[in-house]
Parts: sequence; C-alpha cells; structure tokens
Amino acid sequence: MSYWRALKPVTFIACLIPLGQLLYNAWTDNLSANPIEFITHFTGDWTLIFLLASLSVTPLRKISGWNELIKYRRMLGLFAFFYAVLHFATYMVLDHFFDFPAIVKDVMKRPYVTAGFTGFVLMIPLAMTSTAGMIRRLGKRWQQLHRFVYAVGIAGVIHFYWLVKADIRRPVQYGAVLALLLGYRLVVKWMPALRGRLAQSSSSISARQLSE
Amino acid sequence: MGTDKTDPAENAKYLTTRPWTVSVEGEVKKAKTYDIDDLIKIAPLEERIYRMRCVEAWSMVIPWVGFPLSSLVKLAEPTGNAKFIHFVTLQDPKRLPGQKYAVLDWPYVEGLRMDEAMHPLTTLSVGLYGEVLPVQNGAPIRLVVPWKYGFKGIKSIVKIRFVEKQPPTSWNISAPQEYGFYSNVNPEVDHPRWSQATERRIGEFFRRKTLMFNGYGEQVADLYRGMDLKKYY
Repeated sequence: MSYWRALKPVTFIACLIPLGQLLYNAWTDNLSANPIEFITHFTGDWTLIFLLASLSVTPLRKISGWNELIKYRRMLGLFAFFYAVLHFATYMVLDHFFDFPAIVKDVMKRPYVTAGFTGFVLMIPLAMTSTAGMIRRLGKRWQQLHRFVYAVGIAGVIHFYWLVKADIRRPVQYGAVLALLLGYRLVVKWMPALRGRLAQSSSSISARQLSE
Repeated sequence: MGTDKTDPAENAKYLTTRPWTVSVEGEVKKAKTYDIDDLIKIAPLEERIYRMRCVEAWSMVIPWVGFPLSSLVKLAEPTGNAKFIHFVTLQDPKRLPGQKYAVLDWPYVEGLRMDEAMHPLTTLSVGLYGEVLPVQNGAPIRLVVPWKYGFKGIKSIVKIRFVEKQPPTSWNISAPQEYGFYSNVNPEVDHPRWSQATERRIGEFFRRKTLMFNGYGEQVADLYRGMDLKKYY
C-alpha cells in the first residue's frame, strides 16, 4: 500500500506543473507580446480548473465509492486558492502597480471585477480554516462555512463569462461542468425526500384501492 | 482566424492570398474589380508609423506600409449618393477557419463615413515593418484608421461598396450597446464592462493614459465638431 501513499506527494507536484510551465515560459521569453495579460489569463484559468477539480471530489467519491479521494479535496482547494492569489497579485501588482484608487474603482464599477473579487475574498476564510485544528474546533459549522465554495465557483465562472468579448465557449464549458457538479449535489440532497414522497403517494393510493 | 491570441498565426497557413480580387462597387462612376497586384499600384506605397489602440485596452506603435484610402476613392469617382463606405472581408471558412464558429455574424463587415474615408490618415495597408503584410495581420489588404479602436481596421478585404445609408458593422451587430459605428478612441466613454481611461502599450510595464482620438485630435477632431461623442460612441 506504499504505492498509494506515494500518490499524494505526486499529486502535489502535479498541481505545481502549471506554475512551472508559467515560470518556464517567463524564462524562455514565451509569455506572448502582452505578458501581463497572459499571466492574468493563465492564473485565472488554473484557479477555475482547481476549483472545479476540488468540487468534483465529493461526487466522484460517492459515485465510485473510492473514499480515499477525500484526502485530496483540501489539497485541490488550496491549490485553487494558491492560483487565485497569483491571479489577484498579478492584477494588483503587475496590471495596476498598487494603484489602489483605480483598483477600488474597478472592483466597485466593473461587474466582472466585482464577481472575481467576491469569489477571491470568499476563498480567504475557507483557506484559513482548512487546517485539521480548525476543522476540529469549528465542528458542524465548518461544513456550513465551506459550502461557500459553491458561491466561489459561481462567482468565478460569472467573472470569466462577463469578461470575454464575444467568444463565450470557454466560460460556458466551465459553467457546464460547474452546473453538473452543483446539480449532482442538489439531486442527492432532494433524492431521499423525492423517493419518500413517491413512496408515500403510492402507498396512499394502494390504501385507497384497498378500502374501496 | 480565431479568438485565441495565438490562433491567427497558427491558422495563417490556410489563407492563400493569390489570386485575390477586390470589388469596388456601389454608388461610383468607375466600378471595377481590381486584381490585388494592380490595386497596390494605384498609388505610391508609403510607410506610416501609427499608434494602434485596441478596444481591449492594449496599444502598440506600428509601422504600416500602404497608401491612402482616398486615392482609391478618387479613382472610383463616387456619385452624390455615396455617403458611406461599406467594407467586407473574405467569406471562406476553409481559408479563414475562425468562420466555422458563429462568434460573429460572418463575414466581418465595417464602415466609414465618406469624410473619414477621405481623411489623409486613413490607410489601406499591404505591409508591415517594411515587409509584405503577414496573413495574421490582414493580408493581402486591410484598413487602418489610427484614431479609432483597432477593430475598425477590417482585414483581408474583398469588397469596398459605396453606399448612401450608414452600413452595418460586425461588432455593432454583435453588441450594439458596447460597440458603436464610430468607435473613436475616447478615454471618457468607457466600454460598459471596462475602463478606457488607460492602456498598456506593448513593451511597456506601466499603463499610460489613453488620449482622445488616440492622440490624433488635432487632425481629426474637426470631423466630429458638434457631435455628442457619448451618444455616437
């Protein structure tokens, strides 16, 4: 079983590949003619990918029955936060060079920036409470708090959708995956209730049939 | 050619630019279909170093090679009814693979008012950096209007039609509240979704302030005297 134990550090390193690719592109002067835009889009893309990956852990675990997967959820979520920090830092430092009045105006006035910033801010408490100690201390409230990740995912996809000029294919793809992942949770949540109600109505019908 | 930044260069191989004809038609006395190699000889080619400001807030200084659009207009002898010019890009999804996806209503179309078309800054470009125009930059012939946002510079033109009514333009059809017919560079009229006050010039780290009419106000402001540029964006 040492084979499985090695999987976690391997995953960790795999999650750093996008960063490595970015650094390699920077080193070889391959960040396109507009490097700041390239870095912004690159880190934003990977934030969304890791967000969706972390959101897919629970559905995959339930469907496959492979409970080991849960051990990767925190790592994927924290990597989403890691790339989000890089994304926001690129915006704040490289794009606006600490021009805080301009940044505040941007966040307030531009819906796509508002959405992205909201998602980023919501991720901060989730990252901060991701330690084992915090999970223990918060107990049941930890789960409630971490449901905010659904809002983060929605904010992230809207952020991307509102930013593109006309070709909405990519944000729609992310949106479709997100809808699938959140839809799965809704179905699972309502399924027992639905099944219960169906069972109830069918039993009342048979009861009526019996009394007739 | 595609919507990703790297698509145009990758898809350039599909667009053959010879043979190529440009039809000059509509409200003109001398309608004619020009072979591209004849068209580039109607006026001496000159180098024009212009600022280019994209509507997505990046900019660049570009040495174009071309001739004034006005030379072609004079040859065509527009009638009194010609108030606007309508430009049309090649429609051929095999040679322009981006047209396989209905991102815009293809082919790409653009337009200018006649006085804008006659302005000496308005150029038909056939070259870049002293070389023949690369496919990804609009070969074999494209429009350059330096005081307007870059998307006004329609590429790979096959038709130049003189018309009486203001012609439809692709981005205006796609999102009329975001892109107007005029689309003059204007730092005071923001794009509904982002600011136009500053721009990043390719090769520079700090953003710079965007200038009215992209800095060509002295030459072109007269064309728009008395017009509300917030309304006619």
